[in-house]
Amino acid sequence: MQANPAITAEVLEQHNLTHAEYDRILSILGRSPNLTELGIFSVMWSEHCSYKSSKLHLKRLPTQGPQVLQGPGENAGIVDIGDGYAVAFKIESHNHPSFVEPYQGAATGVGGILRDIFTMGARPIAAMNSLRFGPPDQPRNRRIMEGVVAGIAGYGNCFGVPTVGGEVVFEECYSQNPLVNAFALGLFRKDRIFYGKAVGIGNPVIYVGAKTGRDGIHGATMASAEFDEASESKRPNVQVGDPFLEKLLLEACLEAMKTGAVVGIQDMGAAGLTCSTCEMGGRADTGIEIDLARVPQREKGMTPYEIMLSESQERMLLVAAKGREEEIFRIFRKWEIDAVAIGEVTGDGMLRILDRGREVAEIPNRALTDEAPLYRRPVAAPARVPPSPTPAGALSNDWGKLLECFLASPNLSSREWVYRQYDHMVRTNTVQVPGADAAVVRVKNSRKALAMCLDGNGRYCRQDPRVGAQLAVAESCRNLVCAGARPLAATNCLNMGNPEKPEIMWQMTQVVEGMAEACRALGTPVTGGNVSLYNETLGEGIDPTPVIGMVGLIEPLSRLRGSWFVREGHRVVLLGPLVGQPTGYSSAVRHHLARLQPSRGNGTDLYTGWVGRLPCPPLDLDLEVRVQRTCREGIERDLILSAHDCSDGGLAVALAEMGFSRFGAGTLGADILLPPTEEVGEVLFAEYPSRILVTVEEENLVALEKIAALQGVPVTPLGRVVPEVLSVRRPGSVVLERSVVSLEEIWRNCLGGLFADPL
Amino acid sequence: MKFGVLMFPGSNCEHDAYHAIRKVLRQPAEFIWHQSTDLKDCQAIIVPGGFSYGDYLRTGAIARFSPVMGAVRRFADRGGLVLGICNGFQILLESGLLPGAMLRNRGLKYVCRQVSIRVENARTPFTGLAGEGDVWNIPIGHMEGNYTLDTDAFQRLERNRQVVFRYCTPHGEITADSNPNGSAANVAGICNPRGNVLGMIPHPERASEPLLGSEDGVRLFQSMIQSRSQV
Repeated sequence: MQANPAITAEVLEQHNLTHAEYDRILSILGRSPNLTELGIFSVMWSEHCSYKSSKLHLKRLPTQGPQVLQGPGENAGIVDIGDGYAVAFKIESHNHPSFVEPYQGAATGVGGILRDIFTMGARPIAAMNSLRFGPPDQPRNRRIMEGVVAGIAGYGNCFGVPTVGGEVVFEECYSQNPLVNAFALGLFRKDRIFYGKAVGIGNPVIYVGAKTGRDGIHGATMASAEFDEASESKRPNVQVGDPFLEKLLLEACLEAMKTGAVVGIQDMGAAGLTCSTCEMGGRADTGIEIDLARVPQREKGMTPYEIMLSESQERMLLVAAKGREEEIFRIFRKWEIDAVAIGEVTGDGMLRILDRGREVAEIPNRALTDEAPLYRRPVAAPARVPPSPTPAGALSNDWGKLLECFLASPNLSSREWVYRQYDHMVRTNTVQVPGADAAVVRVKNSRKALAMCLDGNGRYCRQDPRVGAQLAVAESCRNLVCAGARPLAATNCLNMGNPEKPEIMWQMTQVVEGMAEACRALGTPVTGGNVSLYNETLGEGIDPTPVIGMVGLIEPLSRLRGSWFVREGHRVVLLGPLVGQPTGYSSAVRHHLARLQPSRGNGTDLYTGWVGRLPCPPLDLDLEVRVQRTCREGIERDLILSAHDCSDGGLAVALAEMGFSRFGAGTLGADILLPPTEEVGEVLFAEYPSRILVTVEEENLVALEKIAALQGVPVTPLGRVVPEVLSVRRPGSVVLERSVVSLEEIWRNCLGGLFADPL
Repeated sequence: MKFGVLMFPGSNCEHDAYHAIRKVLRQPAEFIWHQSTDLKDCQAIIVPGGFSYGDYLRTGAIARFSPVMGAVRRFADRGGLVLGICNGFQILLESGLLPGAMLRNRGLKYVCRQVSIRVENARTPFTGLAGEGDVWNIPIGHMEGNYTLDTDAFQRLERNRQVVFRYCTPHGEITADSNPNGSAANVAGICNPRGNVLGMIPHPERASEPLLGSEDGVRLFQSMIQSRSQV
């Protein structure tokens, strides 16, 4: 063992370990750890790797279903899509690095999630991302956003995966804590799945990919001068991505997997070599012995501590069948990538690290993985939110002007400025380009297509984390249903504040509870995900922000639907209630709507201000299920020609969006007649869930109404698709009338205008 | 007609081109590794899009040294059809098979979207089935598509009718607004004087099925096949 510096309270603090955790280490080892071992424990027992604050709660999520081939615990979840095909998908956060260095932080987030997918043997065929920033009128927030978007583009475009969708949200609480959640999905044959298991005693452990450098060694750990005799300056704590190398790594890994010589494989993500070795051993109940002298290194004089904790990108660890190493080496030589046997699988369950044959660390694998500490941290509900405002009298406002103001909000406007920077067409599978309710990629040589979307709503989760999480799940399923898909399963990323605060833990328990209820009701098990905690700066936490990634199957492909008007003359019909039940939400909607002043709205984000003052809308999960079922059946029976989810901005914004032009097709309007019974403003702008706008041929309306009646779902024929103008009327009066071209111009130019691009 | 699709480290549109040729055009196709000098008796070579060598140094600058490019040059000298798409166009420029160079897009950002291009010369092997002035809907996706060339050479290019495609409005007008990247005179694709080597920034393989939003790219591949069946 190497020389053992004293483990002082200061050293423990630098490693983010508590005294109780250190005592546990002492009892596991039966001796004091050396610094390398302490470093290994600290990263594996970190919140990031161990999920120690969240794991007990996450167990409440539904994870089973006939379609699920792999639930949580592997590199990605896997779902069966029939005919021998399966998809692997997952979402992961890269929030903290993206704040420090937006371009590389976001780029390496994409790189990491892509490796999680192809390490299972699947070729990534789609990527998405969920982004949250502070308001874009502040230059610093724009700088972060420009960097993040460019980083995602730089990595994904070069790698050759289409970035087909996602979401962008602006709220003050993300100014100091931007959220960057990256999603990827891969396709493979279900008999060709690879796992991160180090099976087969005596099998060689092979390191492939980029050389190991000092990048990403976690900053706090080695800051003290006492342990820094070499006193070499530490690199900044950010990793740098190389998408070109990752592309070669992908091709080489997939080719190597075809040989049959690979028995287990895992990417080196967070905690690099440490995490991949002990997790692969832990899952297979085996040990792993490696010699660091054989690890390809980018710089000289790296210590075992540094090599084990490095987070250099684009590296993988694989276990080969003994005697077949050369087949693997040959393929990696072809792609000009390092591949070196650095050790072997053993039978003693230990992670044993040698340096030129000399032992520098020895820890039981399972102590680092399954047996890491778990905490049931204190939970306390915060003081109740103030009571809702008293209802206003009859609403009046300039509804047309208000719609224009809403469409000019950075939170509702076109995301084209963002997705135009992403190659969303490479691989020629993208049959629904960004901008629709869900992204859709076809599966070549089959009748299948995959629909996917990402949804979150921090602002509603702030008001009510349980219902907010339910709304996010319901909306993501609704988006898929609108595209003609059957939702299959979900992945999720929980972005929260400091779990050591009881009210943050309360948010987490509520969010998990809500997500579990909604996923159960909608039949979409959770196959994995990621938790990002400590999203706080100067004690200010973000809104609790669960982001749901939902994947669904469209089969046959002819069921694919767009979220826009198809042709003049079609009927426009609302599935679901025109307004929700009277609640605190509806009275707040009326109260604040009457006070919105669009005439003074120039330059201010009226929508975000408005919606931020509202409580969380109520959700009836049973009704939601029936509305979605109605829409699905309407599509399956070829009655519904297009469908659009009414969510952010309400019915009015959804109607306008359905008329906007797409390449090669002009704008369309709608002539809408509202019943006299409801408050117009509430119908048009409230964000009641469980509502889908659909279009049908005149003669199919009755059949659709029948389906809805059987499901007990209200249906309101609202009007017809017409040329050019969106008009909303009530008997005897015009509520709003606008040319769709002018609305579209407002909507399309918002983000581009803020970033003032020459093109 | 047998197509060869080159594969460089970092190519990522090679499978898309292969799919279009095999599944849409129903023609034989083979991949050709960058280390090879054997073009496998192919009658047309596609230099596909992507990020050969990560676009490091300069787009196409490293790929031009690959052994396969020597074979492609000899193939072109004998009159063989060579189509460079996007990064493939950049490689053909760096290899000297076509004149000019690419600058970063005028907007300094990657641009992926549908555009319209106008067929400027219908008497090439790549456009024989199109009419002059035809407008095609076709996607682009690139960071460096801002074509440039010195004035004299550019005049020669125009005089020789080597400009094959220009960016235009959906109605076929050549305007500044319809130019997505700042390319000189809205150039979207050019050929060599003999007409057997074409480089284009838009992706015909991404416009080869109605599901993808356009089939206009198919006419380009069909023109290539037609041009050789007449020989």
